[in-house]
Amino acid sequence: MQQRFLNWLIVIVVALAISIYVVLPTSHLVFTLGNQTIDRSQFRQGLDLQGGIQVLLEADLPAGTNINAVAMETAKRIVEQRVNGLGVAEPTIQTQGERRDRIVVELPGFTDPEQAIATIRQTGLLEFVIIPTGELPPAEGAVIQTYCPVVTQVDCGNPAQTPAPASTEATTDTLPAKTYVTLMTGAALQDATVGADELGNPLINFTLTGDGNRIFGAFTSAHIGDYLAIVLDKTVISAPVIQAAITDRGQISGNFTIDSANQLALQLRYGSLPVPLKVVESRVIGPSLGQDSLNRSLMAGAIGMTVVVLFMLLYYRLPGLIAVLAILTYGLITLALFKLIPVTLSLAGIAGFLLSTGSALDANILIFERLKEELRNGRSLRAALAPAWQRAWPSIRDSNIAAVIICLILYWFGSAFGASIVQGFAVTLFVGVLISLFCALVVTRTFLTATVEWFHGVEERPAWFGV
Amino acid sequence: MDILGKRYWYFLLSLALIIPGLAAMGVWGLPLAIDFTGGSLLEVQFGSGQAPPPAEVTALYEQEFDITNTRVQTSGADVLIVRSPFIEEATRAEIVRAMEARFGGPVTLKRFDSVGPTIGQEVAARAALAVGVAALAVVVYIYFAFRGLPHALRYGVCAIIAMIHDVAVVLSLGAIGGHFFGWQIDSLFLTATLTVVGFSVQDKIVVFDRIRENSRIYRRLPFEFLANHSIVQTLQRSINTQLMTVQFLLLALALFGGVTLREFAITLVVGLLSGTYSSIFIAAPILVVWEKREWTRWFGRRAEAAA
Repeated sequence: MQQRFLNWLIVIVVALAISIYVVLPTSHLVFTLGNQTIDRSQFRQGLDLQGGIQVLLEADLPAGTNINAVAMETAKRIVEQRVNGLGVAEPTIQTQGERRDRIVVELPGFTDPEQAIATIRQTGLLEFVIIPTGELPPAEGAVIQTYCPVVTQVDCGNPAQTPAPASTEATTDTLPAKTYVTLMTGAALQDATVGADELGNPLINFTLTGDGNRIFGAFTSAHIGDYLAIVLDKTVISAPVIQAAITDRGQISGNFTIDSANQLALQLRYGSLPVPLKVVESRVIGPSLGQDSLNRSLMAGAIGMTVVVLFMLLYYRLPGLIAVLAILTYGLITLALFKLIPVTLSLAGIAGFLLSTGSALDANILIFERLKEELRNGRSLRAALAPAWQRAWPSIRDSNIAAVIICLILYWFGSAFGASIVQGFAVTLFVGVLISLFCALVVTRTFLTATVEWFHGVEERPAWFGV
Repeated sequence: MDILGKRYWYFLLSLALIIPGLAAMGVWGLPLAIDFTGGSLLEVQFGSGQAPPPAEVTALYEQEFDITNTRVQTSGADVLIVRSPFIEEATRAEIVRAMEARFGGPVTLKRFDSVGPTIGQEVAARAALAVGVAALAVVVYIYFAFRGLPHALRYGVCAIIAMIHDVAVVLSLGAIGGHFFGWQIDSLFLTATLTVVGFSVQDKIVVFDRIRENSRIYRRLPFEFLANHSIVQTLQRSINTQLMTVQFLLLALALFGGVTLREFAITLVVGLLSGTYSSIFIAAPILVVWEKREWTRWFGRRAEAAA
């Protein structure tokens, strides 16, 4: 017994030391896993605490339509690319919903909802743009004006997405110098895949539809040696030289890596989103509101905990002190885990944490009430410890297992149906309940044993135990 | 201490709380927020002393954007909350600009929630389903944990009846608060309800655990006496746990938290109090009523039982 509790004491002290280090806001916790850098220096705060924007997009298809999982995944990746352009530190983009037909985008700390939603919702117009003979194409990434004349007979998307002059009589002569003419849009492409040339350099193979074939064939045979720009949403993504007349199928070679080739092929295939998306929910939380909620709940928590500590000390005396230390251990380990996993702390998450703190306190109270009973029945303190603990254990175990069951079901529902509040609550409660079980099982017991073993005076003073 | 002897009084007290609440729900309806009904909520901060009266904001929505059915609420100094049918982000931006133009000064966006109508209903239905499935799982678990006792299933069922009681108390509070203080049943309220459900089940198990333990020790005692004794033995723990979790932690939140958190904290205070109350005064008494099959005598001896 002596040896075992000493071992546990060491485990607890080590766990505490690590937890304190992790929880301290000044700690620098950056790990490198493979080529990924993981930064855990800060708590991950939910949008409701740090402010930010959340947008829920849904596939805008008639009811009953089968949702193509691959198309949804591609749409998600396109949205991801667009969002990355906003420069948000840790955006989250996930597919959600029973039919996986929703994409949720979270932009923590981002404050311009207009820009965010405009960026996410842009329809994604892919154009092949004519670079006049002898001219160099604009640099990759440059934003250009394009004009889509009707004569190409390839759909340029609906008029709203074509900001160029709508008049059909407009010709290239009357347009400002910087406006390029669109040869055809992504609709003329049948497919685009990644391949490799003889040297193994990645390139892109594409095939054309009948219309595309006709337009592209005629144009490329007349313009060998000229540049042709591939433009997505008015941004140049590539500008290869026309090396031969292209009909039916062609290749784009350039300075590609496997990744950039894949990305371009994806954009060529799905330049416009493969699934139309509509915004079905959006939430914008100003940073001041989140900060205010956080500060107030922190202050309330501090006041509440102070009163709890005072009450525990006054009512349970020595065990009260042990309970306070055990709860402190519980709190630090739990918070350290929240930071490391990381668990997103929202208001719902804090409620879950609060509830598990309650059950950690309850476990201590259960043990001490049993201890008092055993002491009143005339047992010595040393003899009372084991039975007190054994009798309190089934109730602690069963009530916490019930809580864990509730957590698992809530979490499952939350993730399957995209109810992030339910999910946030379940995660913090789950972690909290597990740690509170550990604290009841190990920490309170070890501290109690240590007190009895090391401070021999306590045996003669049952009043210290509130008896 | 005879707690269970007056069990019908407790049932009466609970009914006296819940029935008006349910009636309030029936008459006024639950004040469901846009999280569940769909719609938009715009919270904006005006410059000091520049917040316009609510009626003018309603007028602005109607005249410039043709949006009727708005409800405007002041919240703290210079902060307005406008609830309206579903609007898009682009419209929201125009509204804020129109506010700046009409009422002067910079208007800061504090919060904008916009929920499509189908999404809202889904969330409500699924949260209810989640709680339902969780409750069922808890019944099964309690049945398993108490399998050594006769009629183990009863413990699970009674725990769930008491849990439903607590949820009913919370919803009643929501309905009444909604009517008199403009409270809204929003996702934060849903969180509070989940917390109450979790706490309630844990609390019931602790009390039932004592009955489980005592029924092994005192095999021959009548069940009512045994249950009563168990409640008395756990009473101190019930009170202390209740004080710790609810009164100290949450009253602090209710007193010092912000406006949004206050509703949340008050809901929790009432719900968790009900959670402890229902363990002692609802769940255990129903066990006794069930054990003694008292309903067979309800009609002949109602007056006596209630006296």
